[in-house]
Amino acid sequence: MPVLKEPMERRDYGLAGPENRRAVERGLATAQWYASPIPRKRLKELMQRKDGPAIRDTLIWFAALAITGGLGVYFWGTWWAVPAFAAYGVLYGSAGDSRWHECSHGTAFRTPWLNNVVYYIGSFMVLREPTPWRWSHFRHHTDTIIVGRDPEIAVPRPTNLFHVVIDFLNLRHGIEELREITLHCFGRMTEAEKDYIPEAERPKAYLTARIFMLIFAAVIGLSIWMQSWLPLMLVGLPSFYGAWLHYTCGLTQHAGLAEDVLDHRLNSRTVYMNPIVRFIYWNMNYHVEHHMFPMVPYHALPALHAELKADMPAAYNGFLATYREIIPALIRLAKDSSDHVRRPLPGSAQPVAAPMAAAGTVA
Amino acid sequence: MTWVEACGIGDIDREDVRRFDHGGRTYALYHSPDGKFYATDGLCTHEAFPLTDGLVIDDIIECPKHNGRFDYRTGAARGAPACIDLKTYPVKVEAGRVLIDIS
Repeated sequence: MPVLKEPMERRDYGLAGPENRRAVERGLATAQWYASPIPRKRLKELMQRKDGPAIRDTLIWFAALAITGGLGVYFWGTWWAVPAFAAYGVLYGSAGDSRWHECSHGTAFRTPWLNNVVYYIGSFMVLREPTPWRWSHFRHHTDTIIVGRDPEIAVPRPTNLFHVVIDFLNLRHGIEELREITLHCFGRMTEAEKDYIPEAERPKAYLTARIFMLIFAAVIGLSIWMQSWLPLMLVGLPSFYGAWLHYTCGLTQHAGLAEDVLDHRLNSRTVYMNPIVRFIYWNMNYHVEHHMFPMVPYHALPALHAELKADMPAAYNGFLATYREIIPALIRLAKDSSDHVRRPLPGSAQPVAAPMAAAGTVA
Repeated sequence: MTWVEACGIGDIDREDVRRFDHGGRTYALYHSPDGKFYATDGLCTHEAFPLTDGLVIDDIIECPKHNGRFDYRTGAARGAPACIDLKTYPVKVEAGRVLIDIS
């Protein structure tokens, strides 16, 4: 006789659903997270803000955007425009994501207004409205990969493999964002957004949505007037065709790891990457360290990693090693939502925090 | 006024913060770059994370979790997600000790 399996539990990842209340009841919301031991004096050194590294990196970034975008315009209509826009797209739709991210934490620059200017530019490039996403990311750091609480869980379970594939072109997120920008233009918010965006902040979101919409309308109008895709290849479309590297990096952060744990060593990855990708990604490959001590700027994360690595699971050696784990894990999770990757801690590490062990979420 | 001794003046580096627990409450004591001492509630008004693990930059304390910023001299919230001001407490220095009025 065939063995009948029980239907797989399908959890509601929405913030307005029952999982939010369940997470609160289980003590997983706004909880105390594990932090690796590090002397206060050393942590303070690593948290120090500097303008220099981010100004240097931003000037290089803008120059690279201008050169690749300029080459794309110059060679428009020839095959040489393809590599030019391929590079431009990555600098726009992928480097824009890391600039959005790091500046949302206010740590990239020492000078607050520099963080804000680059934050708004990066937000526009990756189609993320500055105010809603600032608050979304606050919540992501409070309740990292806690189902019903974290609005930034990239791969809900069971895995929808089609969604994972189209995400590399930003199709789901991009279209969803355009829908929300339109909603905000009319002065409205989704129920999920109301869960983490304070009322006083919402008018700011409505204003930037209208500004974004005006810019999109101007670029579309220019494209129609010129009878050319060129303006949209420079502004708007790179958010889609240039997003693949951002997703390739971003998927390594948490995909396939534990949900509903209070220890970033179990739900986040640190991956060694080459210097070019680290420039584009602004060192967010040190992701366990970033979540554990989010006020350490990107330029100090390699040093923080060196301080903490004895207390961490082994870092992954490049994309190949990481995706050898992620792809099979996501395929397994398409069939069994509980079959996630369980990360062993080294013998030198502090044990997993007691509330998690009691919750039975750790192998 | 209820003055309570919190620590010695040498116990907090300049441009740094120190935790002080008393009567079931957590306070944050600051030593400013110009050598003055200040005190506020010790937990962030956003999500009650201990500010004493945060970073002091000039007259600002940044919450270590979400970068909520406060002026520790006045308690004023200076940056999201900090929207509610911090409570501040009078501080005085006597005989090399930092005292805080918790009344």
